[in-house]
This record gives sequence, structure tokens and C-alpha cells, in this order.
Amino acid sequence: MLALDPSFLAVQALSGLSSASSLFIAACGLTIVFGVTRIVNFAHGSLYMIGAYTAATLIPRLLDLSFGPMTFWAGILASALIVGLIGVIIEVLLLRRIYGAPELFQLLATFGVVLVVQDLVVQVFGPEDILGPRAPGLRAPVEILGRRFPSYELVLIAAGPVVLGLVWLLLRRTRFGVLVRAATQDRDMVASLGVNQAMLFTGTLFLGAFLAGLGGALQIPRVSAHTGMDLSIIAEAFVVTVVGGMGSVPGAFLAALIIGQLQAFGILIVPKSTLVVVFLLMAVVLAIRPYGFFGRAEVVGGSHAVGIASRKPLPGRFAMLLAVVAGLACLPLVADAYLLKVATEILIFALFAFSLQLLIGVGGVVSFGHAAFFGLGAYGAALAVKWFGLSMEAALPAGLALAALGAGLIGAFVVRLSGIYLAMMTLAAAQILFAVAFQWVEVTGGDNGIVGVWPAGWAGGPVPYYLLTAALTVVAVLLLRRIIDAPFGYALRAARDSEARAEAIGLTIRRHRWLAFMIAGAAAGLAGGLYAFSRGSVDPSLLGISTSVDALTMLLLGGIQTVMGPLAGAAVLHALRDWVMPLTSLWRLMLGLSIIAMVLIFPRGLVGTVRDWWEARE
Amino acid sequence: MSKPLLEIWNLCAFYGRAQVLFDVTFRLHPGEVMALVGRNGAGKTTTLKAIMGLVSASAKQATFKGHSLDRLPTYRIARLGLGYVPEDRRIFTDLTVEENLETGRRPAGAGRSPWTPERLFRLFPNLAEMRGRRGNQMSGGEQQMLSIARTLMGNPDAILLDEPSEGIAPVIVQTMAEAVRAMKAEGVAVLLSEQNWAFAAGISDRACVIERGEIRFQGSMAELMADEALRAETLGV
Repeated sequence: MLALDPSFLAVQALSGLSSASSLFIAACGLTIVFGVTRIVNFAHGSLYMIGAYTAATLIPRLLDLSFGPMTFWAGILASALIVGLIGVIIEVLLLRRIYGAPELFQLLATFGVVLVVQDLVVQVFGPEDILGPRAPGLRAPVEILGRRFPSYELVLIAAGPVVLGLVWLLLRRTRFGVLVRAATQDRDMVASLGVNQAMLFTGTLFLGAFLAGLGGALQIPRVSAHTGMDLSIIAEAFVVTVVGGMGSVPGAFLAALIIGQLQAFGILIVPKSTLVVVFLLMAVVLAIRPYGFFGRAEVVGGSHAVGIASRKPLPGRFAMLLAVVAGLACLPLVADAYLLKVATEILIFALFAFSLQLLIGVGGVVSFGHAAFFGLGAYGAALAVKWFGLSMEAALPAGLALAALGAGLIGAFVVRLSGIYLAMMTLAAAQILFAVAFQWVEVTGGDNGIVGVWPAGWAGGPVPYYLLTAALTVVAVLLLRRIIDAPFGYALRAARDSEARAEAIGLTIRRHRWLAFMIAGAAAGLAGGLYAFSRGSVDPSLLGISTSVDALTMLLLGGIQTVMGPLAGAAVLHALRDWVMPLTSLWRLMLGLSIIAMVLIFPRGLVGTVRDWWEARE
Repeated sequence: MSKPLLEIWNLCAFYGRAQVLFDVTFRLHPGEVMALVGRNGAGKTTTLKAIMGLVSASAKQATFKGHSLDRLPTYRIARLGLGYVPEDRRIFTDLTVEENLETGRRPAGAGRSPWTPERLFRLFPNLAEMRGRRGNQMSGGEQQMLSIARTLMGNPDAILLDEPSEGIAPVIVQTMAEAVRAMKAEGVAVLLSEQNWAFAAGISDRACVIERGEIRFQGSMAELMADEALRAETLGV
């Protein structure tokens, strides 16, 4: 058998080492930046991508001027330096303003940067993938136990430990390093000793961005620079930092080593399992060690939960409800098929966002992977139709049940965690499901997904399906509202505001959160199932990071501290997308800037702002 | 009397809607040790934090060496030469003793002999034996010494010293008293927040009594010693 051939195993292990090295260089900046600033920088992957594009564009021109290994490596360093400076710009313009913001806002704002960079990269470097040059002097493969192995990979294998060593020296042997480590632990105290934190943070961002750029630049002889590098690397970099312990550089190295070998050998055992293996590792490590290998319980910093406070009922809320229901019911009388389709999708996303509101706004459980349950509901319904020949009436509950079940399983892990680890774990869970849907082609259809998921005859056509969606959404939202205002919802809010006090009065926080997770999962699953039948198909993007972020953006847009905010947010975001996106090629740039602007100047969202204005007027 | 080194007027501070400091006003002169005494919760720690700019909801007028502190960020206040030793010591537990000292290092003003690790190790001999030890392997008293030494590394003209005797062994309290005297001998002014009356009385030149966020007394230690009624009412001693 091939797998037992020692030379094959050796080469496999070496390529595992080389991807470990690459991964470590890409991820260690993220962990350093988190350690000091307590911000999980989503844009780290974007910096990596910029590094790759810069190097792939810059180095061939440099090599034209003077061909040789020195030029190549100088070009790599120059690219990393440029990215380092971009990191400084991001710190000064954005991060500096959100160090004290709740972590949800930090994640969203840096994700806004991701969107902005995606469009800018296309504008600056063009839409084509850019194939980088190979490293001069390292073109010939070397022979290892009779097998050919690219010599550049050997350089990469060495690069990881070299970077680890240099970072270690920087952190241990320089005043900057001592101050960075001190600030990692206690920022206020460092300031009390006369250290300008702003400079320290800017320096840290430079270092982190430099390393991200270096990681990206080093990849160009192996893979061409392409859009989409950002999110694929950031997902893996998150795993590395979380498994290693956030803020720990040696931990990141160890985690990268393990992941590299798991990927190299995991595919021999279960083919096409690379993505799943990586995220399963994260799930297992976090289940055993909630703060990773070398991490520690988070110091409570500026971040704190935000959410719905006690509210006095609005006057005439029952009349308002009636008006909304009547409005929804009468819409088909005036709207054409296209508008009804849009309205159907808005309702679906409103339910999706509202289910997330139960977790975040009420429970303080900042889930960054809520797409998992939307996707589970969609896939559950689609698979039920495709493989079991079920009708829509049976497939929708099946999707809901699958989502609730998935939420129960994932929630059992998640509720043991808190803060940023919780956010990362939910993200990882969604990524596992994404990977399953993407790679298990026989069952899920892979990238193409499943088609032919159409509603039952009586619900076919825009009007009946719209009415069905409206009815189910209204019922589900009313049920969720009832839950928010029930003692169960109060208990969740108590746990959100103070875990210790909630436990001291006898609330079992984990069980409450677990239940909330399942309820929210079920509601998201219903939304997902409805979405599948409205589209007639499902595909893995329903489980992707972007779908999770969509829900979060709707929450933020509508206002996290309001109950009905997510509904307004869903409507506005979806409407904007439908009408503005076709008019511009810079939709992501605009969306990203809008997210950033909302975090910075409008953090209470639409409904929250209107409510503030209303209450101030009274 | 000489020109005041640190002057505070009308310092007010709030936690949420609750006001905890009311127009706190006092002066600290060069080279003197002044005790800020009062019961637990009277506002001593908040006063020191607010001077350093660490209480966001506070308003003050303050000058240090003639510079206004009103809107300066914490690090600029520290750079003017105002050191701060917090009550919970706030040692960087991941860092060694020597690295902790490094975090505090700032150049000395003209004509002053700077504090060096070697000088500080002579002042706190316990620390000399554990230069490479990490903060998380030190006793409370050792951490307190390190916290003071770390702040002295910045060569301050004045130190805000918050409860140095709290939670440490009596024999080390003695070391703290010696450390305060050594600072004074070097010309460093000390604002000492203390609940330990005997400790404060033994080393201070002057005293401020704070009660429920208001200054009740400001004067020489001898005067306060003489005013038994005031001490009984505000301090219970």
C-alpha cells in the first residue's frame, strides 16, 4: 500500500511541515495583535492577501531589473513592509477608535475592512489571479529518499522556526517586546508607567501586518494571488490562534505544526477531509482546554455585552401588530412578482436575524456562526426532498429539526466558553458544516449544491409562497418575542449582564444558554428551510462566513439594543442590496464602509436611534 | 512654605450616577510625605486614580510642577514625573522582576542621580535574590516592593502610593516604611493613601482626612494627632 512506503510518508510529513510553517507565519501576527489590543482582527487575512498581490506584482518587476535570489528576497521583505504600513493606517484610522468597544462591534468593524479590501484589491490589481515568479536559485526540486520535493518548500519549512525565533527575540530581548508583553496583561498600568499606548499599539499593528504580509508574499511561488485568499486564510489563522491560545506565539506554532500534519495525513485516512479535520481539532481542543494550549482566561477589558434592556411596552403595540399583519397580508394586492420575491426574502432574513437577536441581544452569546443553523435548515429541507422524496410540508419541519439538533450539539460545546473564544467556536462550527457541505459531494452536491427544491403545489408561485412565509415568520417572531419577555428571557438577560450574580441567585446559566441556542437554531433553521424553497436550491455559501456576517450586519443596522431592530435591519440591508448592488461594482466597499461607519458613529442602529429620539422628545 | 509640587482643586468623580468625590482640594509640597487617610470607601483610591486620569467620569483642576493635568492622558501625566503605585500592585505576572523594572524605566531629570535596578535592589534586598523570577511566583509583599521599585525606575518627582501596607506581613510593612523614608531622602514627594493609621502616622509629615468623598482636614500630622475628636469621628482611631 502506498501509505506505508517510508519515502512517501517522509515527503508527506515534509509537506505537512511546510504548510505548518506557512500557516504559522500567517497566523502569528494575528495572535500578537490580539494579545495586545484584545481585538480579533478579521482584516488580518486581507493583509495576507495584499501581501501576496503586492509580491506577485512587485517581484517580477524587480527581477526584470536585476535577476537573482537577493532581489527576490528583498522583494518579499519590501512587500511585507508595505503591508506593515497598511496595518498602521488601519490602526490609526479604525482600530484606535474601537479598543473599548464591545467585541461584536470590533469583529464587525474589522470585517468591514475585509469587504473594503476585497473591492480595492480588484480595483488596484485587477480581477485576474496573478501568478507569482518562482524563487531564483530554488527552481530545481531536491530528491528525498528517491522522491522529488520542491526546494522552495524546504525554505518555507525553515522560515517558520526562523520567524518564531526572531519574534521570540523581539519579544524577550527588546524594550518594545517587554512593553508589548506588559501591555498584553495590563494596558492601564503600562500607561501609568508613562508608556504611550498609542505608539505601542501602532507598533504592534505594524508587526502583525508585516507578518501577515510576509506570510502572503512567501506563498506566491506556490499559489497565485487570488481574491478569496483572505477568508480562507483567516479561518485557518483563527483556528491556529484559538487552538494555540489567543495571544501565545509558541502556542500558535505548536497548533500550526499539529494542523499541518493533520492535513498531510488526514487526507490519507479520509480523503477530502482537510477542512473538517482542522475545525474538528479546534472543537476538540476547546472542549478540553477552553483557552487553547497556552491561553488564559480573558482579562475583562473594555469589551462588555450589549443588548436589550428592560423596556416599557410601546403604546398601541397591539394595534401596530395588527397593522403590520394587515400590511403584510395586503402586499400581494399591490406588488408584482419581483417585489413579492424580495419581500419573501426580507421576511426570511428578518426571521434569521431575529433568531440571532435572541442569542446576542438577549443572551449575550456573541455567535459568529449563526449561518450554521440557517444552512442546516436549508440543507435539511433540501436533503429531505432530494433523498427521501418528502413534500415541503414534511421537509420544512425536517430542516427545522436538523437545525435544532445541530444547535443542541454545537451549543453543548459553545455554552462552556465565553467572549472571543465563544465567537471563534461558533465560527468554527459553521465552517465545519460549510466544509462538509462543500467536500461531501456525493450527498450534498458540493459546490453546486442541491437543485430542484420547490414548494408543494398549493404553495407554488410568488403569492402563495409569500403568504406562507409571512404567516410562518410572524408566528415565529411572536413566539420568540414571547420567550424574550418570559422569565426565561429575563434569566438570559441576567446572565448576560452578570454571570456571577445570575449564578449566585441560582440560575443555571449553561442550561439556559443551551436552550436559547436550540431555540435560536430552530428559528434560523425554519428561515433556512423557507429560503431553500424560495430559491429552489441550496449551496454551501448559505453556511459561509458571509451569511453569518449578513445576519450580524442586520442586527447592527437595526440596532442591537432593540427587539424589533433586526426586522428593520433585514429590510433595509436586503432592499439596499437588491437596488444598489446592480448599480455598482463596488458594493462590498460600500457595505464595508457602512458597517464601519455604523460601528463608529451609529452603534445603536436605526430602531435604537429612533427610539432614543422618541424617548428624548417625551 | 515652598511652592506646591502637586495641586488639586475641586476634584469630582462619579461611578455611574453616584458622585463619589466632592470638590477634593489639596496640595503636595516637594519632598514631603502626606498621608491621605480615611475609612474604607471614603474615596482615597479614587482620588489617586482620578489624578492619574484613570477615572473616566471625573472633573478636576490639577497642576503638577506648574503643568496642567486637566486633560492629559495617563501616560503624559506619568511622563511629567508623577509616579503611581496602585493598591492591587498590578505586577506584570508574566514578566520577570528585571523585566518589570524595565517597563517603568524613564530618564531622570537633570541633576538627579537616576534609580537603577542595582540601587533598587539595595533598597529592597529581597528583590535582588529573585531578578529572574516571574511576578506570578512572588509573595504579596515582594510584589508590593516590585511595584514601588518599578515606579521608582521612572525617576518620579512625586509618587502616589496606594495602600502599600495592605495585605502584607508585618515585617514587610517595616520595609515599606523604610522605602518611603528612602524616597523622601531622595527628594521624592509621596502622597500616601492609607488605612493603617499607625503606619501612616509614623512616616508622614502632613495629613489629609477624607470622609465620604470630602476632605475633612488638611494639616500637619502633629495637629491631627492632637485632634482626638476628629480622628475618632472620621478614622475610628
